[in-house]
Amino acid sequence: MAAPKKLPVWVNAGLIPLINLLAAFAVSAVVILAVGESPVEAAGHIVYGAFGFGEGIGYTLYYATNFIFTGLAVAMAFHCFLFNIGGEGQAYIGGLGIGLVCLYSGGLPFWAILPLAIIGGALFGGLWALIPAYLQAKRGSHIVITTIMFNFIASSVMTFLLVDWLKKPGSQLPETDHFVDASFMPKVHEMFASVGLDVARSPLNFSFLIALLCCVAVWIFIWRTRWGFEIRASGKNPRAAVYGGISPSKAIILSMFISGALAGLVGLNELMGVQHRVVVNFTNGYGFVGIAIALMGRNHPLGIIFASLLMGALYQGGAELAFEMPTLTSDMIWTIQGFVILFTGALEHMFRPQLEALFLKRDSKEGGDE
Amino acid sequence: MDFLITILNMLDGTFRVGTPLILAALAGLCSERGGVIDIGLEGKMLGGAFVAATVAYMTGSAWLGLFCAIAACVLLSLVHGYASITHHGNQVVSGMAINIIVAGLAPTIGNAIFHINGDTPPLPHDARFTAITLPFADSLANVPVIGPVYSGVISGHSFTTYLAFALVPFVSWMLYKTRFGLRLRAVGENPEAVDTAGVSVQWLRYRAVMIAGVLCGIAGTSLSTSLGASFIRDMTAGKGYLALAAMIFGKWRPKTTLLACLIFAFTDTLQARLQGVDLPLVGEIPVQFIIMLPYALTVFLLAGFVGKVIAPTADGEPYIKEH
Repeated sequence: MAAPKKLPVWVNAGLIPLINLLAAFAVSAVVILAVGESPVEAAGHIVYGAFGFGEGIGYTLYYATNFIFTGLAVAMAFHCFLFNIGGEGQAYIGGLGIGLVCLYSGGLPFWAILPLAIIGGALFGGLWALIPAYLQAKRGSHIVITTIMFNFIASSVMTFLLVDWLKKPGSQLPETDHFVDASFMPKVHEMFASVGLDVARSPLNFSFLIALLCCVAVWIFIWRTRWGFEIRASGKNPRAAVYGGISPSKAIILSMFISGALAGLVGLNELMGVQHRVVVNFTNGYGFVGIAIALMGRNHPLGIIFASLLMGALYQGGAELAFEMPTLTSDMIWTIQGFVILFTGALEHMFRPQLEALFLKRDSKEGGDE
Repeated sequence: MDFLITILNMLDGTFRVGTPLILAALAGLCSERGGVIDIGLEGKMLGGAFVAATVAYMTGSAWLGLFCAIAACVLLSLVHGYASITHHGNQVVSGMAINIIVAGLAPTIGNAIFHINGDTPPLPHDARFTAITLPFADSLANVPVIGPVYSGVISGHSFTTYLAFALVPFVSWMLYKTRFGLRLRAVGENPEAVDTAGVSVQWLRYRAVMIAGVLCGIAGTSLSTSLGASFIRDMTAGKGYLALAAMIFGKWRPKTTLLACLIFAFTDTLQARLQGVDLPLVGEIPVQFIIMLPYALTVFLLAGFVGKVIAPTADGEPYIKEH
């Protein structure tokens, strides 16, 4: 075989994902044309809705917060070569943990509730992921299938709890009572207002900062700690890992627990930040979007932040789009997302040969400075 | 006697509910025997269901709907093949992408055509695959034992149900008794050997995913034009994943896969029947737990309680030809 040729880093990490993304948008534009609307007009609404005014930017960042959590979750498992499709269920059950803390922590101040809620969400989400992880590590069940099944099971369990056990007394809706006031996550516009700055009202809240901190923590954990190394090693080559004294089943369980814990934190943003109670289906597909986020972001926290911003913009812009062009409902955003997963994930190498030919030819013209 | 009728009704329901499962599981089986993982069964089925209902509604012909659903699903399979066979992409990711694309695309197009929240209008009777009464079913109905079984359980299903059951021995014959089947199994176990023998690995795998597409098209058609009478968004509701689980549970073999599908379908019929029923000892089981039953059963069965499951060796491995 020919010696492996190297592409410059910016091509690999920047240009190729960008080209793939453009391909996904191009196909989406064809779909919009096919249903009889103008893709240019649609794109205009999306961009204006996402970035055109203060409130829109706030919403974009608020959606991005959810995607950072679920994207990090999927990436965490990916580093161990596990495909965690259960982010949706883990986020949902994690929300239960957060909800319980926020419902029954009367009297505690916010700075005491917050760490408890983080622990509650992480623990519930992590434990929910632990069962498929254990079944994969010890019994060889296929984690893709079990995590999918656990999404359905989580949905049933939560509906049961919200209908039969945790429902607000006297209410017909399947949702819990309001959280105690002290557990509300401070909104960003409120925080700015307290120092005298005027920022547009939006659901963007303090959890955005927690999400960014999680990115740093995940980066340190994966690339700077022994456990992170063990997870990456057993993901790359379980047999070699065993010879290196690493237990792959321990790595599977550890990475899935952390993965579930990260997904479980979605409730910080959704429940403590906005809903102030546990409602049915508050996860709204964010767990699945996490797969796209992790793929686009190449499983790197920095990439995940960019991917989350993009997807957040698509969501917020998509809401604006549905308002301005009623033919294009939120389903269109799912379609675009699917194409993004297809082109950035499954077809990530489609344009590589052409680019390789292009860049390596140019390099050899310049005298091959490798 | 009541008890017997209940059992027969449940069997009848099992065959009906099992139809899309069996077809989708056979689709997954053909694809994975050829070495290509197919998580996209769910999306392909949903796409098939949408196309079948839309075409049947617009033309009034269920057959045309079936034909177009098959064409659409083969197209989706080709996308999957293009990503995973030609470009060696991650097969699970490609399958997930197809699921998400179809989940968004079907209601988007449906909304553009019919303007009713992404669903299709109810299909008229003629545009559906309706119950077929088998010969002598009516005259035999009163014969003890044979009568209720033949006329109540075996007769009275739609074309797609009979087709699904007929396809199980056919797929089995195709896999184990034909040269194509031998090569297909080989390409899922040891593609190098197939390549060395001068047979194209890529073309074999493309044919495997296309067969999966055809079967998913029929599965989707059965959902929207025979079990139901219109396309409803998300109407597959995890059936594609259940089919995948059934195939694993059936150890990638047609007959055991059929059995697994029937078990899942039976649990599904059971949950419909258990809703709101007072059981001795436990009382009434909350409906959510009954809905959960097939999924929990899947996890339980896959947790190694069916013995070790061994996938085709090259399943999910892209084949990169040495130069």
